[in-house]
Formats: sequence, structure tokens, C-alpha cells
Amino acid sequence: MLTETGTMTRPLANGHRPLAIEARGLVKRFDDTLAVDGVDISVPEGAIYGILGPNGAGKTTTLRMLLGIIDPDEGVRRVFGNDRPHEVAKLIGYLPEERGLYPAMKCDEAIAFMGALRGLPLDQGKARGRELLENHGLGYAVDRQIRQLSKGMAQTVQLLGTLVHRPRLVVFDEPFSGLDAINQGKLEAMIRELARQGTTVIFSTHVIHHAERLCDEVAIIAGGKVPYAGSVDIARDRISAQVRLETRTSEGAWRSALPDDARHDAKSDGSHFWYFPVPDTGIEALLKRLIDGEAGILSLSIERAGLHDAFVEIAGEAAARALDEDNAEGAAR
Amino acid sequence: MSDTTRLSLFEAARVVARRDFHAILFSRAFFFFLLGPLFPIIVGALAGGIGGQVQRDVTVNTVAFAMSAGDNAAIAAVSNRVGGTIEDMPEIAMIPPETTKAADFSPAALLRESNYSVVVTGGLERPVITGPHPQIHRWDGTISLLAAMASGAAPTELPAIAEQPIEATAAATRSDRIRTAQAGQLLLFLLMMLLAGMVLSNLVEEKANKVIEVLAAAIPMDAVFLGKLFAMLGVSFVGIAVWAAAGGTIGLLAGNALPQLPEPALGWPLFITFGIVYFAMGYLLLGSLFLTIGGMAATVREVQTMSMPITMAQLLVFFLAASSITSPGSPMELLAAVFPLSSPFAMLARAAQSEALWPHALALVWQAVCVVLFVRIGAMIFRRRVMKSGKGGRIAKADKGMLNLS
Repeated sequence: MLTETGTMTRPLANGHRPLAIEARGLVKRFDDTLAVDGVDISVPEGAIYGILGPNGAGKTTTLRMLLGIIDPDEGVRRVFGNDRPHEVAKLIGYLPEERGLYPAMKCDEAIAFMGALRGLPLDQGKARGRELLENHGLGYAVDRQIRQLSKGMAQTVQLLGTLVHRPRLVVFDEPFSGLDAINQGKLEAMIRELARQGTTVIFSTHVIHHAERLCDEVAIIAGGKVPYAGSVDIARDRISAQVRLETRTSEGAWRSALPDDARHDAKSDGSHFWYFPVPDTGIEALLKRLIDGEAGILSLSIERAGLHDAFVEIAGEAAARALDEDNAEGAAR
Repeated sequence: MSDTTRLSLFEAARVVARRDFHAILFSRAFFFFLLGPLFPIIVGALAGGIGGQVQRDVTVNTVAFAMSAGDNAAIAAVSNRVGGTIEDMPEIAMIPPETTKAADFSPAALLRESNYSVVVTGGLERPVITGPHPQIHRWDGTISLLAAMASGAAPTELPAIAEQPIEATAAATRSDRIRTAQAGQLLLFLLMMLLAGMVLSNLVEEKANKVIEVLAAAIPMDAVFLGKLFAMLGVSFVGIAVWAAAGGTIGLLAGNALPQLPEPALGWPLFITFGIVYFAMGYLLLGSLFLTIGGMAATVREVQTMSMPITMAQLLVFFLAASSITSPGSPMELLAAVFPLSSPFAMLARAAQSEALWPHALALVWQAVCVVLFVRIGAMIFRRRVMKSGKGGRIAKADKGMLNLS
């Protein structure tokens, strides 16, 4: 479906939905640094797609290549079937990680200017800008200059400028960074609403919970490579469900039913917790052996693996550690 | 919104240009920038006024009468009697009859050898004025009035004046036009250096505001560059218009005290038109270089450091063009006309000295091609050098920890 040159027929994801973005073998070097090393991504139209990885993993560079801000050294990328993303610029909205607006512009002018860059006439942009500001509780700030706004308000104005021309594809680079919990929740709701209206949303993040809550599909990126790209459910299914068992005793014949590497926590109240993957023989056989062995079961639950576990499994401990460090830094900020 | 899925290059450039033009024009910084050169103009005008007065005092205001002894005496008598009542009365000098009766006497030769404005010969009924054309027109009315009064006729019956203008020689004309060419080049250089400096900080400011990525994602970098260049060019024209108006007003007030340049070969209207066009071309060429530097630099200090070589090079280029003024058609002058950055200077000098139009058409096409090339190369360098990594910028650290991933 992809050819090295020329236009392409719109590819279909899983044989169903057409793709908003398709990239194959993207490579980007900066001097001696290999920033992105053979990234493959397919984003179906209407999906919420997350690019998940720690800082420096290549997320921003990948997004910039997808949007045509920089060209890949190798590989091809297509946005709505076009290998020159600027050719479909009117269909795209982009919120970069480094937020920026002209400080002297008024809010409605800033939104209209961003729309004008994407082909929306200025007068329409201003009118829509005022409407959007009103709808997002910033109607009182329409005539204020950007320099007079708080950081959070300015971020909201830029976000509205990203959406003012009603794009079919919205790309957010680390959209949640710098937002407080309330505004993070509002942004999540906005992303869901965009997807409900049929807009494709791609965002990069180093916060797993946002990806887990929002995304239909994710690309896990680490060290410039994408070791996994696909559905969040399938990523989680790569790890067996975990059994969480609570017993009164720690010894007995029933112990042979537990795998040797089961994790054990002894609690101060005398109870014992055991964590291990659901055995291949199934949960019923396990339960029978525990009962027959008089394990003294206090509780037993089966927990599905989270995206964080999947990330560790797919990207490795080092990448997961880097991701956790980024999250800790973000929380500290 | 139109049906196309992108803006054309020029539509995109217009969006950027409109924003930049308004932002700069209505900024306080631009107001002060406009005021800057007005101070030297005002000081210059004051100094010029004083100098002009001095010059008027020493300027050649003397009309020499080389008529018959009787006519000369009658003119002298009238001059003494009514001189104080006639506005703009010249000094009167009487050439003695022994001089005028000499076989080799010639009013033109007298003008060359002495310091007179014009020489009047003939008789009171029909004075003949010899001199440069502007000087004849300056004094013909007064001379006619004096002749009428000296002959006893009514002041309303003025005698006809015969004119003998002195034609400038080809060498003198050329020498005069070189002055015009030099003045044009100098003005062009000063305006370009003054105004191109504004371009320098433009992209740095853009990067400081972090808007550049929004622009780069939406429109081609060529359009960003073009838009910024033309916005700054528009702002420059506003600045020039303000300064020209101020200068013109001062010129009007100062009257003849300000120096008057000889007419260029192509005539003033065409010369001024070419001046504007060559300013635009030179500005776009220099501005695209400065924009490229501004795109690569992260701070104003970096911009100043990086732009220094270009400023120096521009000085050299100006000297190249200026030094070849006197030798049109020489290899040096041709080099100055072909080298993109000196071409506007060299061609403006040509407009002052030569009547041929086709070299200007050729030069403008060549300069336009160079502008396009400079902009494209600048945009390419910018894309390669600037948009390197995200905010995290932890590529090296990430590599160490993660290259062992499957």
C-alpha cells in the first residue's frame, strides 16, 4: 500500500478504518545521535492514539517528522495519504510541547492567527475564537493580551487556537505537562469529545495513566525505537493476569500449588499475601489444591495487568525506570 | 475555508507578513526606532541652516555687466538708487570697457575665470545674459527690471532678454553624475544597514516566544521567511516615508541652502524608482542572510556575534561598488554588478551615469533569483539546525539507558 513516491490509496487499519497517519521505517539522526531508529506507526482515523515513552525517547522528533516540521533521513510517512504533511495542513491541528504565543496579541487575535495559518479567514477565526473562549470560561479575557494571562490560561488559549479551524487530526505533544489535576481532567474530557466527533487525536506522553485512560492504541517508544504499537488491550494481554492470594498460614501442603517465584508479603496481623501469574492449569485447579491443602484462604482475586506492567514487559526495566523518573520530576514541578 | 487542504506559499507568507507588519508598526520600539534618525536630521538641518546662511553669504550672487560705458553707468545709478527696494537684488559688478573691447573677450571665458553668476552684455534695450541655465533664470527678471529703469522706460515695459546658456561639457556632466551616483549609493547603504538590523532580532524573538514551531508545523519554512522579509520591507518603507517626509519638510524650509545634486542620466523619476526597487532587492538579499543567522542563533548576543562577519562583508561589498563608480564597464564594476550583495549599489550608480535600461532589467531578474535562492537555503538551514529535539532533550541520557531494548 505504501510506495516510496507518489500518492497512495488510503490504507485501511485492520482492513476497516482508513489511516490518518502511516509511517514506516522513520529514521532521524542529529549529528552523531540517532534520535529515531526505524519507527513504524499506523493511526486509524477517529482513534485516540498515544505515543508513550520517557523524555528523550524520540517522541517529539517522531511527531515533528509526522507533521513535516522536519524530514526523516529514511523512511516514509503519510498523513491522510499524502507524503507531504504540509499539503494537508488545513486538516491538522498541532499543539507543540513548547507552548508559545505572541505576548502582545489579544486572546481572540491569537486564536484567529493560528486559524489563519491553517487557512481559516481571520474574521471567522476571531468569531470562532470568541465563541471558544466563552465556552471554556475565558469569555472575560477575550480582549486581554497574552502577556496578561496566567500560564494555564495561555495554554488554554493555545489549545483553542489548535482547534479553531476544526481539524480532522489533532496532534498534541505532551499536552498534560504543566496542567493541574483539574485542567488535566478537562483536557481528557476534551480529547474524548474530539474523538466522539470523529477527530483523530494523537498525543505523546510520559504519563502512563493518561494513555491508559484515553487511548485506543499506543506506540511505546524507547531509545528511538517502537517495540510495540497497537491496541492497549493487546499490550496488557501480553502479560498474564496476576493472582493476589491472602492466606492465614504460610506453610502447608498447599504451597506446592504456588509457583516457586511467587512473591510473598507477610503482614503484621499474621496474614500472608502471595502474587503470581494465573497458572496454565487454570484458576479452578489452583483453588481446589489450596482448599484441599487447607491454605486458609482469606481472599483471592485475579488482577489484569496494567499498561505500566506492559510497558515494563515490552520496553524493559531501564525505560520504565526513566519513565518513572520523568513522572516523579513532573509531579515535583 | 477554501476546498484546498493547504495555503499557497504566498497566502501563507501573507499571513505571517500581516502579523509581523502590524506587530512591529504598532510597537513602542518602532516609534523610538523612527525617532532615532530624525535627531541627526534635525541636528543636520540646524547645522545646514547655519551653513546655508554662510554659504548664501559667500555664494556667487554677483552679476557682471559688460555693456557700453554709458549703459553700465546707468545700471550702476539705478542700482544705487533702488537696490534696497528690490527683493533678491544681486551684487553688481561693472566690467570696464577696456576689457570688453579686447579682441579675445568672451562672456563665457569671463565666467570661467571669475566668480560671477552671469555676465550681461548687449544693450539696455536688449540685454544678453550669459551663464548656466539656472542662474539665467534666477536673475533674468531683476536684470530686465534694472535695464528698463536705466533706459528711462516705464518699469512695466520690460526689455526682452536674450539668453546665452553655457552648456556643460561631457566631462563635467559625467563628473556631476558621479556625485549623484555616490550620494545614491551612500543613502542606499545607510538605509539598508539601518533597517536590515531590525530583521536580525526578529527570529530570535520568535524563538523566545516559542511560536516558531507552530509556524513551522502549519506552513513551509520558505513562507515563514518570505513573510518575515516582506513584513520588514513594508515596515522599512514606512520608516523611509517618515524620514523622507521629515527630510523633505526640512528641505523646503531650508530652500536653496541644501545641496542640489546633478540630474542622473535616467532622470530623477526613473532614478528614484530604481532606487526604491534596488533598496527592496538589497534589503531582501541582506535580510534573508540575517534571517538565516537569526534562525540559527538562540540569543540576541549570539545574533550579534554571528552577524558581525556579514556586517563587515557588507561594508566590503559597499566599498567594492563605490570604488568602481568611476570606471563603468570595467571588470571591477561588472563584478560589483553581478555579485548579488553589491549588485543593487552598482546598478543604482549605473542608473545615475548611463541611460541604458536593459542592464537594469537583467540585474533585477538576477537579484530576484538570488533572493529566492537565499530564502530557500536559509529556510533549509533553519529546518536542519533548529528543530532538533524536544523540551526533554535527553537523547544522550536516554540512549545510555535504553539502547539494549528489544
